[in-house]
Amino acid sequence: MSLAVRVIPCLDVDAGRVVKGVNFVDLRDAGDPVELAAAYGDQGADELVFLDITASSASRETTYDVVQRTAESVFIPLTVGGGVRTVEDFDRLLRAGADKVGVNTAAIADPSLITKASERFGSQCVVLSVDARRCVGDVTTPSGFEVTTHGGRRGTGVDAIAWADEAAQRGAGEILLNSMDADGTTQGFDTELIGLVRRHVDVPLIASGGAGVVDDFPRAVEAGADAVLAASVFHFGHLTILDVKSALDNAGLPVRRHNVSYG
Amino acid sequence: MVLDYGSGNLRSVQRALERVGANVEITSDATSAASCDALVVPGVGAYASCMAGLTAVRGESIIDARLAGGRPVLGICVGLQILFSAGVEHGTRTAGLGQWPGTVERLSAPVLPHMGWNTIDVGEGSTLFAGVESERFYFVHSYGVVSWDFPDDGRSAMKPPVASWCTYTDRFVAAVENGPLVATQFHPEKSGDAGAYILENWLTSLR
Repeated sequence: MSLAVRVIPCLDVDAGRVVKGVNFVDLRDAGDPVELAAAYGDQGADELVFLDITASSASRETTYDVVQRTAESVFIPLTVGGGVRTVEDFDRLLRAGADKVGVNTAAIADPSLITKASERFGSQCVVLSVDARRCVGDVTTPSGFEVTTHGGRRGTGVDAIAWADEAAQRGAGEILLNSMDADGTTQGFDTELIGLVRRHVDVPLIASGGAGVVDDFPRAVEAGADAVLAASVFHFGHLTILDVKSALDNAGLPVRRHNVSYG
Repeated sequence: MVLDYGSGNLRSVQRALERVGANVEITSDATSAASCDALVVPGVGAYASCMAGLTAVRGESIIDARLAGGRPVLGICVGLQILFSAGVEHGTRTAGLGQWPGTVERLSAPVLPHMGWNTIDVGEGSTLFAGVESERFYFVHSYGVVSWDFPDDGRSAMKPPVASWCTYTDRFVAAVENGPLVATQFHPEKSGDAGAYILENWLTSLR
């Protein structure tokens, strides 16, 4: 037996509600995060990711409350990302009950945030979220992929593969790799991007962006992902966690079966 | 009680234990930690910083006092690791509590941390895994005890510790059951319903 491929639903949370839209625009309300988290736990989700897309700092208090209530009722690992800027933000989310904290934009501006957070809290709770896309226009990078910020609206010119590698060296314990080209298309994960990161980075890799049908998931794992993440296909009931696990299983990949239930 | 020494997701441990019927408090008070019915020692992050935190709350004497009186202790993750003789991180050796022989070393797998749900090779005589022997449990760590050299010549009247194992490139200690001293490398509090059974089995063993 070996380590199971993790199947992870991602809940985009805005002011305490779950939302997800195509390419991060045209958002649609898809429910209460705490209830949805519990439902996914019951379905056999191996982990949960909350992406806090709340813009105003006033509404961020809601996020801590949602994290706390989720952590108190759901007994699988919870990663929270979005708007994390400082070591204090890490501390607050971990205290609220998050097991891991995702950083993205702030780490690009100040990579030492990854170093500081991993030294203080341990690598196991530092997740680097990379929103990568193929270079467009006159932007070029060695790998052909660049890091974007602001939900993919802004390019940085930073090489996505080199950045993931640097973050891992600085102490990030996991990479959440989101393809901005594939995100929202439901045309499958970007297996080229996944393969490139896998070849250069030796921390666990979560593939995100583009999931449409069950067969997309084993392809992402075969390309090098340790875990697969999706949002809309789960939220709108197009696929269940079990559908994805069955597809992985059929492809000969190890998955966690939800055999026992407590209480 | 859950020992608060600045490490670990204390609230998650508390909630998971409450789920299986325990009354749980979080404490850093040496007297209550030494005397309560059962003590959980969590732990995440670096070995050296966990040992420093533990020393600051007099964790070693708390655990020694408990074990001298046969009072149960459950170590989780780094809370398991610090019970061994020493931990080696980045070439630096840090002394552990030495309840068991063995050194905590960096695993050799190509992808680390070992993060996710893995199966257990349950040791003979285990009660901790009763009913959940075939389940997967949630691990997140880069270090482990790959060599268990507890002396057992088979002539001792004492029951040797029950070691259960996990394999991720290396084979390493996933859990130890040793009288009042029990520890898991995985996180039962994050291992869903299977983890709840581990905690319930532990509580049942205390009664």
